[in-house]
Amino acid sequence: MARERKPPKKKKTTEEARIPGAFEGETVTRRRFMTGTAHTAGGIAVTAFTLPAIALAAAPVFEKHETHWEAVGPVADFPDDTYIPRTLTLVRGIGDVGKSTVYIRKYSTQLDDEERDEYNEYIAISTRCMHLGCPVRFVAASERFICPCHGGVYDFQGKVDGGPPVRPLDRFYTRVRNGNVEVGPRFSVNSELKRFSPRDPGMPLDGIGQYLYPARPTARKLPGT
Amino acid sequence: MANLKPPLPRALRPKPKGPSEDNGHTKTGPKDKLAEKGIATIDWIDERTSLSGGARWLMFRKIPKGTNWFYTLGSATMFAFLSQAVTGVILAMYYDPSATRAYESMRYLTNEVFLGEFVRGMHKWGSTVMVILVFLHMGRTFFFGAYKYPRELNWVIGVVLLILTLFMGFTGYLLPFDQRSFWATQVGLAINGTGPLVGPYLSDFARAGPEFGVTTLSRFYALHMLVLPGLIAAMIGAHLYLVARLGTTAPPWMKAEIPADSRKDDA
Repeated sequence: MARERKPPKKKKTTEEARIPGAFEGETVTRRRFMTGTAHTAGGIAVTAFTLPAIALAAAPVFEKHETHWEAVGPVADFPDDTYIPRTLTLVRGIGDVGKSTVYIRKYSTQLDDEERDEYNEYIAISTRCMHLGCPVRFVAASERFICPCHGGVYDFQGKVDGGPPVRPLDRFYTRVRNGNVEVGPRFSVNSELKRFSPRDPGMPLDGIGQYLYPARPTARKLPGT
Repeated sequence: MANLKPPLPRALRPKPKGPSEDNGHTKTGPKDKLAEKGIATIDWIDERTSLSGGARWLMFRKIPKGTNWFYTLGSATMFAFLSQAVTGVILAMYYDPSATRAYESMRYLTNEVFLGEFVRGMHKWGSTVMVILVFLHMGRTFFFGAYKYPRELNWVIGVVLLILTLFMGFTGYLLPFDQRSFWATQVGLAINGTGPLVGPYLSDFARAGPEFGVTTLSRFYALHMLVLPGLIAAMIGAHLYLVARLGTTAPPWMKAEIPADSRKDDA
């Protein structure tokens, strides 16, 4: 059944509506026009101060941080059978809060089976527990990293040995310059010690973990690693 | 015993004096003059604002039979918030929200300032009291069925207030900036970050970057003493408005009182 289409309704002019003082061909009353103008002006004013304010609050999420390399000592300081603790400055300008302990050792040919490149001749392990971010410590007697908060245990390579952590301990890139070991930016690893862009604690990287917890666009692992 | 006369007939009784006439009881002491001044001031304001109607609407409400001490938990929560607001403002006069000086300013406040430890203690323990009171108030509302029609929206506002209160607790916990508050905040932010997809960005937003940084503390401070209290105060206003508008519920064990005549109509 084909219904007959209604002809498009012609807009009623104010003149036809018998509004006093109407102009010829005018379809919007002046009152309506003023109301609309006032609301638009108000909306623009509110947007003009809220948008920059919100952007300022959210800006740090998109801010790119320059990676810096910090010398931690001559190569002879670091054996391959135990870790040497060193203090790094992760964030400058906030005193002790910005510092963090890093455990460093030489790459062990018997123990480590990751592919060797210029960044892992020395292995620097972060002390940030991958459960919820408490500081782990290396216990030389048991050759394990132990977290004081909720009982996370990691083996000598930093892989999860027990407790709630969801992935091995983070690492830092290292390189050798002028006989000194330098520690660079952080990266995260999955249970096979494959490198990933740095993630926060509590974010697994096996399976779909790396997609559920996307990396920051501002902090990536070094290209080609 | 002169009063034992029969009463005078109505027509012969002296007329009672009108309110404007001197009836011999008018007090003219200094206290009364002061009271009169006070009343005149209130009248002056009321004539221009008509606030007394609203005040009467808010304060002199009819309450159902069976109202008991459990109904004071909401007011108790509000007074806990007021206590937090007052002590918090004073604490802010001594606090320095910078990562290098926050702990020192708290140490100075606690150990050196007159009553500093006391007021800080009020704020610290008051926060715990407030959270407990919020939950007791919520339990009262739930078990008395006071969340049902037409009060659902007030329950929703109450839940928003609960969440804001917990945010207050979380942001305030960092401010003393000792080992406990620093690591508790690290753990809290890590828990927040485990929300899939958005978690990492929320953490970075709360922390102002990928690491605990230069502005993290001041960000928490601004949230703790400007954003969240403002929201809580506004929400309390809406909450109270709805309480006054809808009235309180009778406890569930009270029987509904049906007027005798309407009962007859039913039969």
